[in-house]
Amino acid sequence: MASLQHSQEIKGAKVLMVGAGGIGCELLKTLALSGFQDIHINVAAVIGVNIGLMGINETAIAVVSWGSGSDGFGSIGFKVSFVCEMAEMIRSVGTRYVMIINKLAFVMETTEKQGDGLPYLEVIDMDTIEVSNLNRQFLFRQSHVGQSKAKASVARDAVLRFRPHISITPYHANVKDSNFNVNFFKQFKVVLNGLDNLDARRHVNRLCLAAEVPLVESGTTGFLGQVTVHVKGKTECYECQPKPSPKTYPVCTITSTPSKFVHCIVWAKDLLFAKLFGDKNQENDLNVRSNDSCSSSENKNNVFERSDDEDWEQYGRRIYDHVFGYNIELALSDEETWKNRTKPRPIYSRDVLPDKMTQQNGNADKTDDLSPASAMASLGLKNPQDIWCLMENTRVFLEALKLFFMSRKKEIGNLSFDKDDQLAVEFVTAAANIRAASFNIPLHSLFEAKGIAGNIVHAVATTNAIVAGLIVIEAIKVLKKDGCYRYGSIFSKINENWFVLNHMQHLCRMTYCLEHPSKKMLLMPVEPFEPNKSCCVCSQTPLSLEINTHRSKLRDFVEKIVKAKLGMNSPLIMCGLALLYEVGDDLEKDMIENYTANLEKVLSELASPVTDGTMLTVEDLQQEFTCNIYIKHREEFDEEKEPDEMVLSGWTQAPPEKKDDKTSIGNGASTSKSLPTEPMDAQKDIDVKEILDGTASPGKKRKLPEFSEGCSPDQSNDADETMNHKKIQKLDDDDDDLVMLDHWGKDTSKKQRSQ
Amino acid sequence: MVGEELTEQETALYDRQIRVWGADAQRRLSKSHILVYGMKGTITEFCKNIVLAGVGSLTLVDDRAVTEEALSANFLMPPDENVCSGKTLAELCRDSLNEFNPMVRVSVEKGDLTSFGAEFFDKFDVVVLSFCSLATKKLINERCRKLSKRVSFYTVDCRDCCGEIFVDLQKYNYAMKRQDETTECELQYPSFQEAISVPWRSLPRKVSKLYFAMRVIERFEEAEGRKPGEICIEDLPAVLKLKKEICEAQSLNESHIPNALLERLVMGAREFPPVCAIIGGILGQEVIKAISGKGDPLKNFFFFDSMDGKGIIEDISDPNPKG
Repeated sequence: MASLQHSQEIKGAKVLMVGAGGIGCELLKTLALSGFQDIHINVAAVIGVNIGLMGINETAIAVVSWGSGSDGFGSIGFKVSFVCEMAEMIRSVGTRYVMIINKLAFVMETTEKQGDGLPYLEVIDMDTIEVSNLNRQFLFRQSHVGQSKAKASVARDAVLRFRPHISITPYHANVKDSNFNVNFFKQFKVVLNGLDNLDARRHVNRLCLAAEVPLVESGTTGFLGQVTVHVKGKTECYECQPKPSPKTYPVCTITSTPSKFVHCIVWAKDLLFAKLFGDKNQENDLNVRSNDSCSSSENKNNVFERSDDEDWEQYGRRIYDHVFGYNIELALSDEETWKNRTKPRPIYSRDVLPDKMTQQNGNADKTDDLSPASAMASLGLKNPQDIWCLMENTRVFLEALKLFFMSRKKEIGNLSFDKDDQLAVEFVTAAANIRAASFNIPLHSLFEAKGIAGNIVHAVATTNAIVAGLIVIEAIKVLKKDGCYRYGSIFSKINENWFVLNHMQHLCRMTYCLEHPSKKMLLMPVEPFEPNKSCCVCSQTPLSLEINTHRSKLRDFVEKIVKAKLGMNSPLIMCGLALLYEVGDDLEKDMIENYTANLEKVLSELASPVTDGTMLTVEDLQQEFTCNIYIKHREEFDEEKEPDEMVLSGWTQAPPEKKDDKTSIGNGASTSKSLPTEPMDAQKDIDVKEILDGTASPGKKRKLPEFSEGCSPDQSNDADETMNHKKIQKLDDDDDDLVMLDHWGKDTSKKQRSQ
Repeated sequence: MVGEELTEQETALYDRQIRVWGADAQRRLSKSHILVYGMKGTITEFCKNIVLAGVGSLTLVDDRAVTEEALSANFLMPPDENVCSGKTLAELCRDSLNEFNPMVRVSVEKGDLTSFGAEFFDKFDVVVLSFCSLATKKLINERCRKLSKRVSFYTVDCRDCCGEIFVDLQKYNYAMKRQDETTECELQYPSFQEAISVPWRSLPRKVSKLYFAMRVIERFEEAEGRKPGEICIEDLPAVLKLKKEICEAQSLNESHIPNALLERLVMGAREFPPVCAIIGGILGQEVIKAISGKGDPLKNFFFFDSMDGKGIIEDISDPNPKG
């Protein structure tokens, strides 16, 4: 029974896979082919507000945003009425439309197809199938784009076509929902992750730890990929190594001294776009001012207000001149700034585009037109790979601004940037390019700008397929080991070089898919690391937090630390025995009021004051994760380096970005100043790259004395002499040096192979 | 590169991968023509990958009827007898592949691959063979090499937990990129015949054991007149005997081909689906690299064994080629 093939353990094993994206599709297929017969899939719905319009053959997908107050499934009636209203318009257009409103999608057929004049209506996940998915999520077809089914069901049906007799159970829900609790996870022999975001990964990691279910984790970007196995107590958990947080840029770089295109994108997206079309009351008033010269003669509040006698182009030109001209002039007046820098040049619209844009496209005036509002289309610009000149950017800027106000008036005030919103991408591209021109930074195409602005992760089908194969191999090994424990040593047949499968050595392996061969290898296996003793998740090590307890509110602590840094979903915060805050469905009214009031209080002024030396206990009941945090009061924080005004130390400290973001394509570093809407795609990318970089540079490579420590103490009981012997034999048999990957943490010296 | 621009539809569909390899590469892909033979699991995976990637056309050759074994690692075929009746493997796979990406023309060519002449192969940029006899591999490889244009030639085989890819790009030029540096590289590939004729004792000591083991199995099947994969555990003594003979003739220490490895390959003649996914993925990447001219192509063998988890590239070529 040396082979991994035809394992009895596979058939009976109940496995859970999370995610039905690129890896998920490949994984489900490979599991089914490999003989798995009881597969559960959870597709985490992505919440996002989308606005955009895409044309695909005769099917058009209208992605319509609903105000930020709506949370998806909560208000179906509301939306249905909206849809019926829309249906009237659609009927007159005569094609098939799919509307996606927050998490819900409504499919509507026209009278033509239905015959009875009633809109055909069904509900699907927000994580719908998009055209740009089809090139790798091969279980989905063109016909599924907009099909009224959730991803998990479509994937299930596709797989049942070639494996009709297996059981596939889809759950179309966020894996973070409370019904997917520890007991739910306990029913599985192994959990397989094919996720695209850090948040859900961390959540699943904690549930797997709590339920003591092995987790096979994976991620890909471009040609790079990795598969890791996490077994509680035996190997490091997913969170043992800090995950780099999204790249942030110093505020002054964005507002005053951009030196890279990405700075211009962040400015265009997070400041200008947000100011013009988003919530005007948002506190991003660093916004379009260039610096702090408050002596501004113009009334800042009024710059963005349109006066009644202005047409949209005049208004657009005024905004243009203000942000690209006036503000730059203002910045130039501060000569100190430009001592060692190239001075930017102010740009005024009349110099770039002296004439009024006369051609009024008829359709742009119709507010109810469902054809995609696109400045590129109305200006006749076709190729998204082209780099527009300053004049073209100016035209796109003015046209996009006009289109927003004319054809999407209802959304103004609630818009946030979305990479699938063509008009938003056009506006941000143009604005970033004009700013880039001003600061002497090379201009970029819409295609490139979209990648940077949307943190789009590179993805190809092949890497996903490879990673899925590796996941299944690891899953089978996990199950085999499980079998061993239950049936004793069924692998007693030991030939000369026969591998003994029933031990950790073969159970766990981290595998990296490389782009360039390293030591002749494209697929590089590495022995897993042992748990990080200072990991606050699997080792429950306390953390310490430097914070100004006289200034920071409980809300700041909850948002910036508990949710953002610790990734807790439904936290409960205790100071000694006193409950400061909790989230739950069954709370009494007065409790809720109390907690809400607490949120607004400064830490040191709470009923149980949080001051220097206080120990806070933060707990997530669903994740069964508790964390103790020592509070250290600190008065001052560096505005640029510590914008949160809090420093959490212990384990979450990500290493500083090493990579220079020189590639124009927006993979790696998240380009947002704050957390982007779909932030975490880029995370694992950095992950992989950093790790691979570590491997590739010889200085970081390090050979460990082979098994110098023998087995780690907790395993010595079940590792008998024979097995040790066999293991060593296997290694001798293997000439290559084992490559150890250096993680960035400071605890590298403690790292060992888990054996 | 001068050429037609990608359509809006193509740009939308291939958005994510264009971000990996660029619009030029995508254009080259859409003009490429691929031929595959042997519609088993690994090739199925490969076909899925390149159809999704958006090659110009894919031609399938495999006249065999559907068998239970053919279904075992193939996700393109519904196991419904009514659907399968009368259709060949290639025809069934074509129907499914067409659904994957309507922008790629997938067609079937009937007949015996070895009987196709030069004008047939001349239509393709890439030829991939799977589960072929040693003689067929050599024959088709030579036929491709005689053409005036350069045809990239690949063979791929999966047995049990192991997989092997062979690559012949003949004379291949590409730009090697490392961080900021770009260097022009030229690779000279040996033919399959030349590669496997390199004396074993002149190979580096660390060459993958799988390379030797696969050659033993190949020779055994040829000597016995078996079709690829027509081998079982009863053959093991004969295979081990052959291994001994070859090792003696090649002056290679027998321990370089562990009996356990041969036993696995003999017992597990069937493909293992996860390995199909991995090998089919690597092969897909290699073909995309060769067509697009982006990335380092592997020269000239690739081996994967899920037992040790390594995916290794081996360069098996005569250090001093004649001529």
